[in-house]
Amino acid sequence: MLTALIVMPAVAALIVALIPRQRSELFLPIGVTVSMAPLALAGYLFVEFTAGEAGFQLVERTMLYAPWGFSWYLGVDGISLPLVILTALLVPISLAASVAITHRLKEFVMYTLLLEAGLIGVFLALDLLLFFVFFEAILIPMYFIIGIWGGERRIYAAVKFFLYTAFGSALMMAAIIALAVVAGREAGAPTFAYTDLLDLAIDQSTSRWLFAAFALAFAIKVPMFPLHTWLPDAHVEAPTAGSVLLAAILLKLGTYGLVRFNLGLFPQASVDFVPIMAALAVIGIIYGAVVAIVQPDLKKLVAYSSVSHLGFIVLGTFALTSGGLAGGVIQNVNHGITTGALFLLVGMIYDRRHTKQIADFGGLQKVMPAYGAVFLFTIFASIGLPGLNGFIGEFMVLIGSFPALPVHAIIAAAGVVLAAIYLLWAYERAFTGIPEKPENQKLLDLNLREKVLLAPLVILMLVIGLYPKVLLDRVQPSAEAVLDRIEATTDYVAPAPGRLSQVLMIGEGE
Amino acid sequence: MVIALPLASATFLHFFGRRIGEPRAGYLATLAVAGSFALGLGAGLPFFSGGAHATVVTIWEWMPAIGAELVITWDPLSVLMTLIITGVGALIHLYAVGYMHGDERFSRFFVYLNLFVASMLTLVLAGNFAMLFMGWELVGLCSYLLVSFWFTKPVAAAAGKKAFIVNRIGDLGFLVALMLIFGAFHTLSFQGIFERAPEVLSSGMATAIGLLILVGAAGKSAQIPLYVWLPDAMEGPTPVSALIHAATMVTAGVYVIARSASIFELSPVAGPVVATVGAATALWAATIALAQKDIKRVLAYSTISQLGYMFLAVGAAGHIAGLFHLMTHAFFKALLFLGAGSVIHAMADEQNMDKMGGLRKHMPVTATTMAIGTIAIAGIPPLAGFWSKDEILGVAFARGGWFSVLWIVGLVTALLTAFYMTRQFVLVFMGEPRWESEVHPHESPRVMTLPLVVLAVLSVIGGFFNTPFRTALEHFLEPSFEGVNLAHPPEGWLMFALLAGLSVAAGLAGAAAAFFAYNRPADLWRRFEEAFGPLWSLWRSGYRVDDIYGATVVKPGLRLAEETAFRFDLPVIDGAVNGAGRLVRTVASRARAMQPGLVRSYGVVFAGGTVAVLAWLVWRGG
Repeated sequence: MLTALIVMPAVAALIVALIPRQRSELFLPIGVTVSMAPLALAGYLFVEFTAGEAGFQLVERTMLYAPWGFSWYLGVDGISLPLVILTALLVPISLAASVAITHRLKEFVMYTLLLEAGLIGVFLALDLLLFFVFFEAILIPMYFIIGIWGGERRIYAAVKFFLYTAFGSALMMAAIIALAVVAGREAGAPTFAYTDLLDLAIDQSTSRWLFAAFALAFAIKVPMFPLHTWLPDAHVEAPTAGSVLLAAILLKLGTYGLVRFNLGLFPQASVDFVPIMAALAVIGIIYGAVVAIVQPDLKKLVAYSSVSHLGFIVLGTFALTSGGLAGGVIQNVNHGITTGALFLLVGMIYDRRHTKQIADFGGLQKVMPAYGAVFLFTIFASIGLPGLNGFIGEFMVLIGSFPALPVHAIIAAAGVVLAAIYLLWAYERAFTGIPEKPENQKLLDLNLREKVLLAPLVILMLVIGLYPKVLLDRVQPSAEAVLDRIEATTDYVAPAPGRLSQVLMIGEGE
Repeated sequence: MVIALPLASATFLHFFGRRIGEPRAGYLATLAVAGSFALGLGAGLPFFSGGAHATVVTIWEWMPAIGAELVITWDPLSVLMTLIITGVGALIHLYAVGYMHGDERFSRFFVYLNLFVASMLTLVLAGNFAMLFMGWELVGLCSYLLVSFWFTKPVAAAAGKKAFIVNRIGDLGFLVALMLIFGAFHTLSFQGIFERAPEVLSSGMATAIGLLILVGAAGKSAQIPLYVWLPDAMEGPTPVSALIHAATMVTAGVYVIARSASIFELSPVAGPVVATVGAATALWAATIALAQKDIKRVLAYSTISQLGYMFLAVGAAGHIAGLFHLMTHAFFKALLFLGAGSVIHAMADEQNMDKMGGLRKHMPVTATTMAIGTIAIAGIPPLAGFWSKDEILGVAFARGGWFSVLWIVGLVTALLTAFYMTRQFVLVFMGEPRWESEVHPHESPRVMTLPLVVLAVLSVIGGFFNTPFRTALEHFLEPSFEGVNLAHPPEGWLMFALLAGLSVAAGLAGAAAAFFAYNRPADLWRRFEEAFGPLWSLWRSGYRVDDIYGATVVKPGLRLAEETAFRFDLPVIDGAVNGAGRLVRTVASRARAMQPGLVRSYGVVFAGGTVAVLAWLVWRGG
């Protein structure tokens, strides 16, 4: 089934390829329709997935090249499951939001579907070489999406995006090969299989070097301060669909990779690197927020807010506590939903006004009440208002990190105040008051298509905010398992109450 | 269930409000809140007879990893808060049906009002700090939405934002307090915290948590130094000011401190600091209120000042006195705000008291009820404010030491309170009319005056719930403060008479002074105000605190952000990257005097990396 999940979008791309070039009116409808198939399958995956279990499920493994120990090896656990589903959900939405694209539309749809195949592959791959192949394969469609359908400085942004990531990838590639070679020496035969590599005894200095190589590659993706400068450019230039997928999914490759590979494969090095990673995370939280305050461009503002929000995920991850780690995984999803929605919304106003500058707007709430309402709702989800999704991740990260990293957690909490400042100030300038500019006075409110696109995201914001159990039941066991392994293989013991078992619940024993 | 009713109503109105049409949407919202009141009363009855025990109801798991469930605590303290919120809330909803008449977003207004009531109930019914925090933030959201309800007015939009952000600064303190609590107790649930507090907390830790809770409470309850949002919040429609910024939301800080009584008790410092902040705020805001021209701003500063009294009480461990004042204040301040709204309504949205005067004859019901509210807040017996304020002053007096100083501050504030309230009443309702000829003041419709009358009755009798002679409220609330050493006013008739005599004298003196100063032709009282010179204009400007904050916090902060973004992020960090990129490109183009194709340079990097690794492996494995 997991294989089908990867193959389906690729087949969908093929179907789109078969549409005759003259029938351009069909590209988008067919693209959206075929991309519903992976979504349906992802829904089925959610049902099939057994909640409460920690390990990999629905594992598939076929040896591809035995001498290297390279295999088609897929599996899903609580950490990857939400990201797979999010990907399958956001692709049809982004496609349906791309009505403004007319130039080379067919290729656009195909690239987006190929991107989906790669993204799902990355999250499911349990063979490191396979992971790397997908990781690289993503770059190509994304590069073209930014480079062909982007804004004025699209080439600059695309090249910057590509080179930044390729630089990280090269290091990671080296580290992956090194791992396989070490495995070959220790166990007799080289292997790229994640589960085999877990048991590998790597000497300390090697494991630190490998940790650093992986961490650098992922830190670029996240992006962590000071490796973040590709992100604002890429976002500002990318078309709406590109921005949505970039922010919602691509960045999560970084945080996902940190949990899966850095914590998983190099437990001791992870413990050793906590001071650096946590410090950079907190700097990112505050720095991203401060820079976001004064951005004149809506997309840039949201891009810097991503730097800040993803800092929370990294902080939670390297707090090495139950609440922090699970909160980080949840925040992965939440950030995908809210930031995805924000970029969709910015795209919708851009399609109408052809500008993203906050100063060009003003009084929009009056002319576009539904649009303004959804925007405000999403802003509050992003600020971390309790009852909506953003709060769950942020609050869990903050409270959960505190036992391990009290000072970091307290500083990070200030990011919550800054988020309110930059988002509400932007809202005030763009939406309140009286629409004075004539171009703003006749704007049309959301149409039915746009409402349908936003509805699932808005609903998810509410559901996860009020009933996060749907996610936590699946995420928490896997997060616990990561910590179990770290505690089992190193001297590290999570400070109380950093583990689920140490938390007092009322209701128990009453 | 109590929460669900207004929430359901809000949801329903959100989707169908416009279809239902104007008055009906409002009545439905009112009914929902009144229904909650009835439910709360029914479920709370066993506590009145004294036979019930506090119960805890779990709704569902929320965030197990940090010990947070959605769970409801039903004990006397939450019963009291529920009844105040829904009772006063229902009256204000009803009033708003009249006040918001003709507004194009009429039903939307009631969506927000209902949502607010549901949020506020979440806050006071929460069984752990995480859920309390949820209610805490949601009332902040509703406050934001309602203050900037008329968002086309830039001042209203700015005021809403300011309220939310200043509150968030307080929340930061609260959030850190929650972290410390979780770190110390391994849970956020009230049961797990308050019962074990004496074993778990050192006094230093209790002080830290207490002071951080104070920061949060000072934000929500508008205490020094975070009170600046409340006067601006008056840009919201007047029913909002009455419900959120007088009767309920702003008292959340008092509630939280009372709820955390067993933590404050363990600290020798936190309580006195709370009391000092309260007393200082009470005096500070009262002086500002003296000189305000805007009818609602007088009441806003008055609210800040009265909240200061409540902080003084809970800081002195007189939790019941504090909650008692919270209740009576909810009655008479809601009354005063609604009365002010009635005046504004009648005067075609005029809020400047300079342009009022003599309205007594035109709006007798409003004038009478406002008079009752004024007497109640001034602390003249036997109205509600006298009993509760006197109990607070009694507690402060009985604690002695530093609290004696605070007692004197409270007494002075009582005098000022009577002065500014009487000034307001005289300027609005007595003397000669000073409005322009085209204004035709009229009494408000019955849907607005009925709540005024009910609240006026409550302001008269509300004090008898807890007099030195009949301590009903105290008995009722005691189970919620099991194990906490409550402070009481001094015992005995003589002491009571002496203390009460002093505070009544202060009240009467203030009222009399204001009456004689202002019940004269306008040029005479204007000259009276001018006699104070610069002091008066300093008070009128609220000590220019907004300007000071602007110059010391907002402006430098914005500058820092700009410097970081445009002088550091772009040129330095991004510049370094682009510089490296240029370097690579130069090297690549020199190496292969051809166009540096992207895929090629990728290949170069890739191959280079692989070679490096292989070399390293050979060397290591060597």
